[in-house]
Parts: sequence; C-alpha cells; structure tokens
Amino acid sequence: MNKNIQLLWNGLIPENPIFRLALSLCPAVAVTTSVKNGLMLGLAVVFVQVFSSCTVAIFRSYIHPRIRIPAYVIVIALWVSVIDMILPVISPAVYKEVALFVKLIVVFAIIISRLELFASKQPLIPSFFDGMGMGIGFTFGLCLVGAIRELSGVGQLFGYEVLGGAKPLLVMILPAGGFFVIGFIMATFNWLEYKITGKIPASGGGH
Amino acid sequence: MKIIRFLAAAGTVLALLVIAACPIFAATEGSGDFKNDKGIEIPFGVPVDESWAKDPANYNVYEKPDPDIRIPVDSISLDARRTTATLNFKDPLNTGAEYIVDATDITSDGKVIGSRSFLVKKGEVQILLAIILGAMLINNFVFTKYLGLCIFFGVSQKKETAIGMGITFTLVMTLAAFFCWFLYNYVLEVLHLDFLKIIVFIGTTAIFVQFVDTILRKVNPYLFKTLGVYLVLIVTNCIVLAVPLIQTDSGYGPFESVSLGAGAGVGFAIALFLMACVREKLDVCRVPPTFVGLPIAFIVTGMFALAFLGFSGLSIF
Repeated sequence: MNKNIQLLWNGLIPENPIFRLALSLCPAVAVTTSVKNGLMLGLAVVFVQVFSSCTVAIFRSYIHPRIRIPAYVIVIALWVSVIDMILPVISPAVYKEVALFVKLIVVFAIIISRLELFASKQPLIPSFFDGMGMGIGFTFGLCLVGAIRELSGVGQLFGYEVLGGAKPLLVMILPAGGFFVIGFIMATFNWLEYKITGKIPASGGGH
Repeated sequence: MKIIRFLAAAGTVLALLVIAACPIFAATEGSGDFKNDKGIEIPFGVPVDESWAKDPANYNVYEKPDPDIRIPVDSISLDARRTTATLNFKDPLNTGAEYIVDATDITSDGKVIGSRSFLVKKGEVQILLAIILGAMLINNFVFTKYLGLCIFFGVSQKKETAIGMGITFTLVMTLAAFFCWFLYNYVLEVLHLDFLKIIVFIGTTAIFVQFVDTILRKVNPYLFKTLGVYLVLIVTNCIVLAVPLIQTDSGYGPFESVSLGAGAGVGFAIALFLMACVREKLDVCRVPPTFVGLPIAFIVTGMFALAFLGFSGLSIF
C-alpha cells in the first residue's frame, strides 16, 4: 500500500507531467484561462489516463510489441470517445470551452508515454495508482497555471471577484501570458530543486 | 539542394491532388459577384428588356441559410449591352456570407425565357487566401492556438532540422487534411459514424506519416536521420488532429480543407524557424541557471505570441 501512495506522490510533484516531464504542454497553455476550465480538462485526463492504464495493464500480455503504439492509440481513442460523450451531459457550459481539447486528449504525450513506460510492464494495481498519480499531477498543474492566470488576468478565482478594484493585467489571459506563467513556474521548480538537492536538474524532454 | 528536390516532389504530389479534386467543383447554377458592399452584379448572358430588369419586384434576394428573410432591392441599373444587371441595396451586405438572387420570368425581346437563380459569394480564391493567411499568421496554431507545442519545443534547436520538419509537416498536414475531408464526408457522414471521427482521423494521419517516412528515407536520408523520432511523433502532434476536427466543425469543402491544412503547416514552419533562430543565439547567452532549457524557451515563445497578437487586426480580403 505504501508503494502505491509513493506512486501517487510521484506523479504530483517529483515527476509532475507539466513542470518536470514537460509533456502535454499544449493544453497547459490553452485551457488555463480559468481554474474551472483547467479542472474540467484535468478530470477528463484523469479518467482517460486511469482507464487506459488499466486496460493496457490487463491486456499487456496480448499486445504484440511491434504493434503496441497503434494499439495504445486505439485504446486511448476509445476512452476519449467515451469521456467526450459524457462531459457535455454533465456540464455543457464548460465543455463548450474545452471541447476541442477533450478530443485532443488522444494525442496528449503524457498518456501514451505512461502506457509505454509503466502500464505495459506492471500489473493492474500499480498501473492504476500510477495513472491516478499522473492524472492528479496533471490536474494540479492545470489548476495552478489556471489560478495564477485567472487571478492576475481578470482578478477572479472560480469566477468570483477576489482582487476587488485592482486593475487586472490583461496580457495574462492572452496566449502570451500562458507561456510566461509556465516558464516561470518551471524555473521555480528548478530553483526549489536546486535549493533542496544542491544541483540544477536537467531540463525535460519537451514533447 | 536536397531540400529543393524534396520540395519539388512535394509540389508534384500537391498539384496532382488539386487536379484530381477539380471535377468536384463544377458550378451548377449561375453565379454573381459583389460590387463594393452595397451592390450585386448578375450576368444574364442574353440581352434583357429594360422594363423587366428595372422592376425590383422581379428579384428575390436572400442569404443562403435564411430563405425567409428577403433583402429589399433599392434600385437596379443595366449595362450598355443590357446583359448584366447591378442590384443596389440600401444597407451594406455581409460579403463573407453567401447570397442567392432569384430572377423570376426573365424577359428578353418581349418573350419570357424562364427563371434563374444566382449564387453570389466572394471569389473562391479570396476565401482560400483568407483561410491560408488566417491559419498562417492571424490564428497561428503555435502562438495563438497553443497547439503542437511538444514538437515545437523538441525540434526548434537547430535551423536545419526546423526547416526540414516544417516542410515535412506541411506535406503531411495538407495530404491528411484532404483525405480526412474525403473520409468524413463520403464515409463517416454517409454511414452515420461521426462519433468515430477521432479514431479515423488519427488513423489517417498515422498512414500519412508512414507514407512520408518511407519517401523521406529514400529522398533525403540525411534529413530523415536528423528528424529521428520526431517524424514518428508527428502522429501525436495536436495540430494534425486539430485541423481535421476544425474543418469538420466549420463544414469546410475540399479546397478549404486543403488550404487550412497547408496554412497550418506553413504557419507551424514559420514558428519553428523563428524559434530556431532565437534558440541558436540563446545557446551563447548567459541565461540564469534555473531558466536554462525549457523555461527560457517558454518565455521567448511568450514574446513571439505577443508579437503575433499584432496580426489579429489583419484582414486584407
């Protein structure tokens, strides 16, 4: 059990998909104009990641290594199609804003890389927790970026007025702001690691 | 030199594609043109009677989606040969939309020769150019739609690979856009299988990446080696999936789809090249140690995104 909690924690901070592994950056900039959008997409990713990790973990001995990539893509596309039909029923308003990116979960590098690196080699239970950890880490990343951008860009959090009369910085909710925020958060993560371990970490893969 | 040969090959494939698609666009009804934004010009082909032509009651003008909302014609003028009428309107028309003009009981030399309807829309070329320009600059997929960042950060370290990747990507995009349009309109729609579009589109793209992979291995082995794993990674690039999804959502036709694909590809190539230029310079700069690598790349991209905001007011057509 302890090992499973370790896996969850691993995805949240030490191997955070956005800030440390630098995978699936597109949605991290695109949908994070508000916390709500980030949370919605994050939950969709948790769903897809957990279910595809479990599916691959169960069928890992039946998938021939040579056709594994197409097989994984089909598995992911299957679960994305499922969530793409569920979400509009649960929350049509938010779905409208993130619709394109929910469909694009198919090509999020984080999911296929976890399938390749973890779920294809491990049994069901650890794969479940690994998928869960990565998904939660991804959601955390989206919410953090979303919170910073929403707070500084429009002075709100979850749609509620927070900053009062202070004039918001419009550039933060424009595309450019997303890039700036992620750049600075990544640098902060590097700086923290430098303070704790005393060495500069190698930067992520970037795809 | 090799890049030029590769370009030539790519160009030939595209030209063949366009030629193959041409018969689909044969016009089925008469067509008119906008004259400024308050007039429509319709050619009859035969000289018509002035008394008939100058009566606004003989014309029925409406926007294509709403046949019930008639647009009143203010006045009509005929040209010297009496073959072309110009309809003038009080209010400016929306030149981005499609209009239909129904001319009832066209009369020539005192004889009624029947009714005819004219489709009025902006020239095909203008629409296509607008789409290409939009996808390339105004809505650049990297800087304003934040798609394809993975590959963008991955291969923008050297100018040479950036150019190679840009060309390869444009080719894959254009081909995939056309075939996705074809599959969606002639297979998925017909069989009512639109919910399968995600799976079909990603499969189509994968086929084309394999196709380009095979060609590139023969045509330019050097570039093939430099691109390495990123060539295969095109499959998991958001743009290749986003373009077919956008084109089906907006109901684009084949030419429009192809231009969206080409525009997106060229826009991506421009972004890659610009970024590669800056990153080559960044290598010799003193960057704060915690910013080395991706963080500084992100901040540079942010600056580019700011600069590309300047294109948002651009509308030539």
